[in-house]
Amino acid sequence: MELTGAEILIRCLQEEGVEYVFGYPGGAVLNIYDELFKQNRVKHVLVRHEQGAVHAADGYSRSSQKIGVALVTSGPGVTNAVTGIATAYMDSIPMVVITGQVPTAAIGQDAFQECDTVGITRPTVKHNFLVKNVDDLAVTIKKAFYLATTGRPGPVLVDIPKDVSQQKADFSYPKTISLRSYNPVTKGHAGQIRKAVQLLLEAKRPMVYSGGGVILNDAADQLTRLVHLLGFPCTNTLMGLGGFPGTDPQFTGLPGMHGTYESNMAMQNCDVLLAVGARFDDRVIGDPAHFYRADRKIIHIDIDPSSISKRVKVDVPIVGYVGDVLSEMVKQIESSPARPDPVALKAWWAEIKEWQRKDCLRYDRNSKLIKPQFVIQKLYELTKGDAFVTSDVGQHQMWAAQYYKFDKPRRWINSGGLGTMGFGLPSAMGVQLANPNADVVCITGEASIQMCIQELSTCKQYHLPIKIVNLNNRYMGMVRQWQEFFYGNRYAESYMDALPDFVKLAEAYGHVGLKIEQPRDVEGALREALAQKDRLVFLDVITDQTENVFPMVPGGKGLTEMILAEEL
Amino acid sequence: MRHILSILVENEAGALSRIAGLFSARGYNIESLTVAPTEDATMSRMTIVTSGSDDVIEQITKQLNKLVEVVKVVDLTEGNHIERELMLVKVRAAGKDRDEMKRLADIFRGRILDVTDKSYTIELTGTGAKLDAFLQTIEPGVILETVRTGASGIGRGERILRI
Ligand SMILES: Cc1ncc(C[n+]2csc(CCOP(=O)(O)OP(=O)(O)O)c2C)c(N)n1
Repeated sequence: MELTGAEILIRCLQEEGVEYVFGYPGGAVLNIYDELFKQNRVKHVLVRHEQGAVHAADGYSRSSQKIGVALVTSGPGVTNAVTGIATAYMDSIPMVVITGQVPTAAIGQDAFQECDTVGITRPTVKHNFLVKNVDDLAVTIKKAFYLATTGRPGPVLVDIPKDVSQQKADFSYPKTISLRSYNPVTKGHAGQIRKAVQLLLEAKRPMVYSGGGVILNDAADQLTRLVHLLGFPCTNTLMGLGGFPGTDPQFTGLPGMHGTYESNMAMQNCDVLLAVGARFDDRVIGDPAHFYRADRKIIHIDIDPSSISKRVKVDVPIVGYVGDVLSEMVKQIESSPARPDPVALKAWWAEIKEWQRKDCLRYDRNSKLIKPQFVIQKLYELTKGDAFVTSDVGQHQMWAAQYYKFDKPRRWINSGGLGTMGFGLPSAMGVQLANPNADVVCITGEASIQMCIQELSTCKQYHLPIKIVNLNNRYMGMVRQWQEFFYGNRYAESYMDALPDFVKLAEAYGHVGLKIEQPRDVEGALREALAQKDRLVFLDVITDQTENVFPMVPGGKGLTEMILAEEL
Repeated sequence: MRHILSILVENEAGALSRIAGLFSARGYNIESLTVAPTEDATMSRMTIVTSGSDDVIEQITKQLNKLVEVVKVVDLTEGNHIERELMLVKVRAAGKDRDEMKRLADIFRGRILDVTDKSYTIELTGTGAKLDAFLQTIEPGVILETVRTGASGIGRGERILRI
């Protein structure tokens, strides 16, 4: 049967089971929008800025096992989307981005709304395609979904010129696809796994460090089983929170720049480090030379060979899907009589408990001002740790990660790699659509929220009852903190003068706004907001302006060279 | 250390820019890059001469392999290999220097492809080092123009790079 390119595209999306497309129309995608209009299986969510479309698709992917799809027009539609695409790329989020392009004959002519989409996005996608012939469209879409979701996931972009969406071709959607040039190694090497298990069983001061790979590969159960079986301490990176239960006694909190004292001390002083789906990011290990100086053996499981021995040389690399490798490890340990030395392990735990006694996340609970940490703790209690929490970027993000305990994967949604302010609200839209009955909370700051504030309008249109917790310190807090510590209190351009009245702003968009200025009002306001199941509530929480995030490993310092709260 | 990477890559629009982009984005060196289709027109063979520590070369190889269009990557310098580069050089060749230039080209097994009464255009193939040596032997003022292809490489003996 002959269909137009636009019809083919929609049929492909239907075949892939796509439920939502997040997008924004324009000239180059009008054929596609016309076909979207004529059907109702694939629902379109109209955002207010293309960055929002991509973040929403991203939040949809992160919070479900489904894949987010974004659709934008050529030229400015694409350039607006780039921040979102790069954000997804840095965190390896599966996503398909469809972009309109000027007609093939106009490409290269500096046509109206033309840009080199494939060129601009190339460094920020797993792969991208320009479809020049309608006959190639269906197979290209199939490839896009396949590439986005297999191996190390990531965003894949398909650029479709306007004439291609108009021309006709026979439609048949391939059931499967294989590319001779793309064969990710997915099954861990048996010999390496045996070696790793041996090392783990002989460890005296072991540490497990897991990252986003565990979440992306849905391997939280396998990780939890392994860690329980071995009785080892476990830390989850900012991308890995929920990979191991945050309330488990074996959990030591975040590692890294704003990690706990105990996690960082254990990362540095362990004799065997098991890294699972994590990439030894600079925000996690600090100065790599300092990190590497410690005498320990490192096992690294990752789907991406290029992540292994990139920043830190490892002793036992294992390339493969982390879930399968962890299962195999569990199997081998369960069928072996050997167990880690209980005496050594006990002594190691005693050392860790000693570090925990520093109580590094302590803060002033009697303050007359609202402490941001307190707000997060209350939120955690009231939602029983079961909300989906998105965040923006800054101090509030770190506090959310430190004080909200995530027991389940895919509940904590943040831009860890790119650190994109503006991510919180639009990603929450995708999260809410993927999880319609769940509590979705966006923890943000008054600077970040203004980067995509326009999406409040989208929330109204689609009745998304997100709860926005704006930790309003009237500063770009994280910037101010660095200026306080490292730039002699010269607060260059980090104060947000002329802030809007957020309550009125929320109301103007048709939502509920509440301002909270006293610690004693925090709990009630949160309760009230969470009780409004069908309304978006914007909580403008006026917090202590001077609060800082501790512990802190200053940039370029060693992981154990932490600044703790009492040292200032 | 200098390495010669041989890459089999899908012969698709954009593959070259993906590879070149990878090198610039990650700050890797490219000394030279050559590319042309193979006997199978759907695939191109690329030779990249680069340099870096073992760690850097390992990363380059892994990053190249990660590109969706890259089919295979081999570091030729890990084993015995042959390396050849083609150079065309136009030199001043007048008066008494004319014979000397011809002799020199012969010594380097060069071929004179084009002649005017004031110049020769010489074709030379060999390793990069041999071509350098030729250029160093003649006076700089005599060289009017040079064009080099960059190295192509292939494994010796049974070493074969194909899918
Ligand atoms: C798009 C973007 N621009 C700039 C930055 C740099 N940056 C990181 S944190 C921050 C301040 C964030 O302030 P706010 O949202 O109020 O959060 P707070 O740190 O006060 O909690 C800035 C400007 C960024 N991460 N993203």
